[in-house]
Amino acid sequence: MNKLIFEKEVKESNAFVLPPVDVPEVDIKESIPSSFWRGQEPGLPQVSEVEAVRHFTELSTRAYGVDSGFYPLGSCTMKYNPKINEWAARLPGLAGLHPCQPEDTIQGALQIYYEMQEILAEITGMDGFSLQPAAGAHGEMAGVMIIKAYHLNRSDVLRTKMMVPDSAHGTNPATANVVGFDVIEVKSNQRGLVDLDDLKAKMNEEVAGLMLTNPNTLGLFEEEIQEIAAIVHAAGGLLYYDGANLNGIVGVARPGDMGFDVVHVNLHKTFGTPHGGGGPGSGPVGVKSHLLKFLPRPVAVKEEDTYRFNYDMPLSIGKVKNFYGNFGVIVKAYTYIKSLGAEGLKEACQHAVLNANYIRHQLREYYHIPVDRLCKHEFIANSKKQLDQNGISTMDIAKRLIDYGYHPPTVYFPLIVSEAIMIEPTETESKARLDEFLEAMRSIAREAAEEPELLINAPQNAVIKRVDEVTAARKPVVKWEAAD
Amino acid sequence: MKYTPNPPSVAEEMLQRIGLNSLEELFSDIKEEVKLQKNLNLGPGMGEMEIRRLLKDLAAKNISTEDHPCFLGAGAYDRYIPAAVEQLLLRSEFYTAYTPYQPEISQGILQSIFEYQTMICKLTGLDVSNASMYDGASALAEACNLACSSGKGRRKVVISDTVHPEYLEVLQAYTLSGRLEVVLVPGKDGAADIEAMIEALDGQTACAVIQQPNFYGVLEDGEDLEKAVHSRKGLFIMAVEPISLACLKSPGEWGADIAVGEGQPLGNSLSLGGPYLGFLAASRELMRKIPGRIVGQTADLDGRRAYVLTLQAREQHIRREKAGSNICSNEALCALAASMYLALVGEQGLREIALRSHHLALYAQQQLEKKGLELRFKQPYFMEFAVRVKDPAAANRILLENGIIGGYQLDDALLLAFTEKRSKEEIDLLAAVLGGTRDE
Repeated sequence: MNKLIFEKEVKESNAFVLPPVDVPEVDIKESIPSSFWRGQEPGLPQVSEVEAVRHFTELSTRAYGVDSGFYPLGSCTMKYNPKINEWAARLPGLAGLHPCQPEDTIQGALQIYYEMQEILAEITGMDGFSLQPAAGAHGEMAGVMIIKAYHLNRSDVLRTKMMVPDSAHGTNPATANVVGFDVIEVKSNQRGLVDLDDLKAKMNEEVAGLMLTNPNTLGLFEEEIQEIAAIVHAAGGLLYYDGANLNGIVGVARPGDMGFDVVHVNLHKTFGTPHGGGGPGSGPVGVKSHLLKFLPRPVAVKEEDTYRFNYDMPLSIGKVKNFYGNFGVIVKAYTYIKSLGAEGLKEACQHAVLNANYIRHQLREYYHIPVDRLCKHEFIANSKKQLDQNGISTMDIAKRLIDYGYHPPTVYFPLIVSEAIMIEPTETESKARLDEFLEAMRSIAREAAEEPELLINAPQNAVIKRVDEVTAARKPVVKWEAAD
Repeated sequence: MKYTPNPPSVAEEMLQRIGLNSLEELFSDIKEEVKLQKNLNLGPGMGEMEIRRLLKDLAAKNISTEDHPCFLGAGAYDRYIPAAVEQLLLRSEFYTAYTPYQPEISQGILQSIFEYQTMICKLTGLDVSNASMYDGASALAEACNLACSSGKGRRKVVISDTVHPEYLEVLQAYTLSGRLEVVLVPGKDGAADIEAMIEALDGQTACAVIQQPNFYGVLEDGEDLEKAVHSRKGLFIMAVEPISLACLKSPGEWGADIAVGEGQPLGNSLSLGGPYLGFLAASRELMRKIPGRIVGQTADLDGRRAYVLTLQAREQHIRREKAGSNICSNEALCALAASMYLALVGEQGLREIALRSHHLALYAQQQLEKKGLELRFKQPYFMEFAVRVKDPAAANRILLENGIIGGYQLDDALLLAFTEKRSKEEIDLLAAVLGGTRDE
């Protein structure tokens, strides 16, 4: 059994030492009143350095990253994370900056920050950015707050609703709720796109805006985006761009040119920064000129050759985070964008779309593809054929992929496709890798027909078998406790 | 540089396979009017050596805490990070992974989060911790949001203005939802005015909030406030500093329902304010209401101990427009750094780090007083205090001329923080320089 760090404790084995210092060691009981003292010791583990290092190294062997292999997790853009970016963010002249240092001592950092605002505005076709939000959902929240602040500032107080397509990421409706909107769901049509008739019918003076992902979560470009924008704007609403799928259009088309008023981008998806096992990300929010004054503050500005933070934004929604955002992540994305340049970014997008279509085109022989036409960076397959044939589910296929050495695709999302398998290969996979993956998927389709128990009992080659999620939720054990 | 492994000849072959003639045809579903009719104005790409030079030059324009003693605190602390933390974080199975949705292939990450949750529970003295929030400020706002949304129509957050001003500003931004109302209670002599806070409590109060130590480094006495807010059936929320919890009474011991805080001091670099991690822990009663990912222990089909994301019915991807929080990605790698840090310094090491910080602060007070300076607030503190100076900006400029990154500028004082990285010599220099500016 894999022991927890707490179960490896050897009292007094930790040898961490501080340097000697020649200042008096006052008894805390004299300097601080007893009512502030801690009663019970925390009970943190005591292990030696070598055992701690082995512990975490062992944990890493039971994890799977992009460097481990193909990771076609749809909507997450698991592209290769260039190593130079890691080096850059760790430079002492960047990683060692305190956020409250005087601005004249952080000019290089401010330059990166300012340039990044400009770069993102150019890539998305917007007029200005705030880099403060720490993740995609956080950027969404800032963006939807901006929409709310805009309407309130015009004394347009009746817009209490936010429209969200039925194919949207869960964060969209959740964000609208957190910012205090009632959510109206807009239907998708047979082609997997926003149903314009439904949108027209639901759009009115109570609606603050529409949150849209484009390409959408089916990996399809919303071809009628100009009509969508016109409908929303004609009724006084604003159009919000969820940048989760920006990788499918970078350098080819820009949300700002499609009529979007507010966007967020995920630096950890489109711009190559690592996902860290669930963060840190970075979710800068950008707007058109009429919304600049509502951006989270501060925003970096350039005056002649110096940079500073501008806090003088009286209509700003304020702050959504301490300080200025996930600067370390911003440095990595900056390094990435500078490395690729304009052409490299466009080529990355083209190859991401090529790779997705290459898989889709061949996977259709073995798997049902609900909307089988030109996709952008990702597409949806499902297990319909296998389910109809002998009850093999999408989960079974996903778990069998683990046996073949792959991280499974995103499954059971978007919700409008039953048994969805959402595949996003990204541009950093070679044809040889894609062919191997296709071969694995073919083999799994054959097994599903001939030896279904291989899927039902999968994974067999992982460090554990499937887990009991029901008991985990019904009788939660969410921390370790010493056995008595 | 490019990171696309398929050369043009291979791309061509792939295009043929799918029946297309050019890469442009992959975008035929986008109308010409919305297509970008130019190249992005970003300039050409750069090779690795060139990009290295660019970044090195930009970094060299900054003055770093690596080379200059830093007395800034105010919510971010210049603490020592053991070499092993930095090395282990470069295990790419950790940093290039996504959220552990597939437990069979993610046990290492899930176990590390479970260990992190346990350590945060131990530090805070509470029952349940999530997998992390964005930072201390957003963690506090989410905690208050929770209190208001679970409080049956209660919407008032009674909070002292001695809480970090940026935390207050983030909380204020959350009020745009119309679901919470901030009742800001002015402090008294650098500490929360507990009597005034108790006075402000009523049947609409969802929670009362203090920070420990507060923004000015002062220790807050939460005892009466805890009793009062609980007697009115509101929640007691504390924002706390993790290193000081080695010595100071834990939120659990104070009777807090929720504890939040900035986890940066636990093994994360300053990095101009991020990425950091917020921690959030709560009593068992709130387990099914707290925001964010939670990892639980369970078993696999063979009965082996295993870990899995759990209680997901709370979260946005299941609950959608009924979710109480929209958080998805959090700060997993920063939380991993925190648990590595705590494992490497250990129980005793953390206590020594906390005490060293305290002793250095006491010594600094003594030295500054010898130079005729005085504390801005005559209150007990742990490792950070404000010292009265006439012109804080000028004082900081002179400190910088002497190679020191000074303090956080208040109206009439400098807020100075003392970590285990500071030495007696650095403090002596600080006192000498500040002593010299006293009469200017």
